[in-house]
Amino acid sequence: MAIAKEHELHHRRFGRNLGLGLVLVTMVAIIFGLTFVKVTVLDPALNGTAHSGHSQQVSP
Amino acid sequence: MSDMSVMDNDHHKEASFGDYVALLKPRVMSLVVFTAIVGLVVAPVAVHPFIAVVSILCIAIGGGASGALNMWYDADIDRVMKRTQSRPIPAGRVTEGEALGLGVALSGFSVVFLGLAANWVAAGLLAFTIFFYAVVYTMWLKRWTPQNIVIGGAAGAFPAMIGWAVATGGISIESVLMFALVFMWTPPHFWALALFMNSDYERAGVPMLTVTHGRRVTRGHILAYTLLLAPVAVGLGFTSVGGPVYMVVALASNAWFILGALRIWRRDETVAAGDKYAVEKAFFRFSLVYVFIHFAALLGDATLRALNFGGW
Repeated sequence: MAIAKEHELHHRRFGRNLGLGLVLVTMVAIIFGLTFVKVTVLDPALNGTAHSGHSQQVSP
Repeated sequence: MSDMSVMDNDHHKEASFGDYVALLKPRVMSLVVFTAIVGLVVAPVAVHPFIAVVSILCIAIGGGASGALNMWYDADIDRVMKRTQSRPIPAGRVTEGEALGLGVALSGFSVVFLGLAANWVAAGLLAFTIFFYAVVYTMWLKRWTPQNIVIGGAAGAFPAMIGWAVATGGISIESVLMFALVFMWTPPHFWALALFMNSDYERAGVPMLTVTHGRRVTRGHILAYTLLLAPVAVGLGFTSVGGPVYMVVALASNAWFILGALRIWRRDETVAAGDKYAVEKAFFRFSLVYVFIHFAALLGDATLRALNFGGW
């Protein structure tokens, strides 16, 4: 049996695997985004202001 | 998931991604998300938009996780009740173990993530909400007392308070009153449903007030809770989150709600059965809109305040 041949199970579970894949990609994006926001925008030492929430300015 | 399920040729019982989403009770989640968003937006402290989105997502996932735990524990009841027989577990598409695993994993994930993204007060409230719904309501109260939904309603009332805590890091009179609004609304909402879905609960052996104390008493309870709800709803309008939009909505919708409760209270079973519970069904339908319009009005006043137009 060729190694590339797909089992019918792959077709059956395509939706589930795709959904789980999207969930994992979203989770990675959230962790990356949170890290970016926490480290740059919300860190008073980096942006030179107190915790202001909406401040988008980042000190050089 | 066992190897047996992989080899299983019964494709109709294969769980789709949507079945796992259904375990999270997306319809209930919509109320959770909406009240949490309003709680967060009307708070006097600004939140970074990305933190706000992640926090709401965590609250939604936490609410969904408690839904999955509820479906795991209540699978036996769900198999009996007509309304719930098509859920993934009673339909045989998802195993009870999978629901338990998903519920526990998402509970831990949502609480820890909310703590890291926002603050640990909000995370603690979310953890308590999941515990309250899954353990206090589902495992303890639901099968034990006809007052189950009165106390269990607290679980659905917490999200607005969590949203407020995400922004402020604490609890205040505004968030307590937002909590109280949903808490006091829950009993008349569910008891109206129970009046025309009685046989379902009876079959499952769930001690709903209609089953244990009869419909006459339930009608009285609906009126009592609707009368107690009105001052809470109007009282919220006098706090810093209230305003003219909210006050108009609160006064009009509570007057309408009380009128509906009075009509339910005055009816006897013969009349109600005669028109197939038309009044009860209309009251239930309005109760679905009731919470939405109150929180939408809070959002409306917050928008007006942001534009320096309106508010108290």
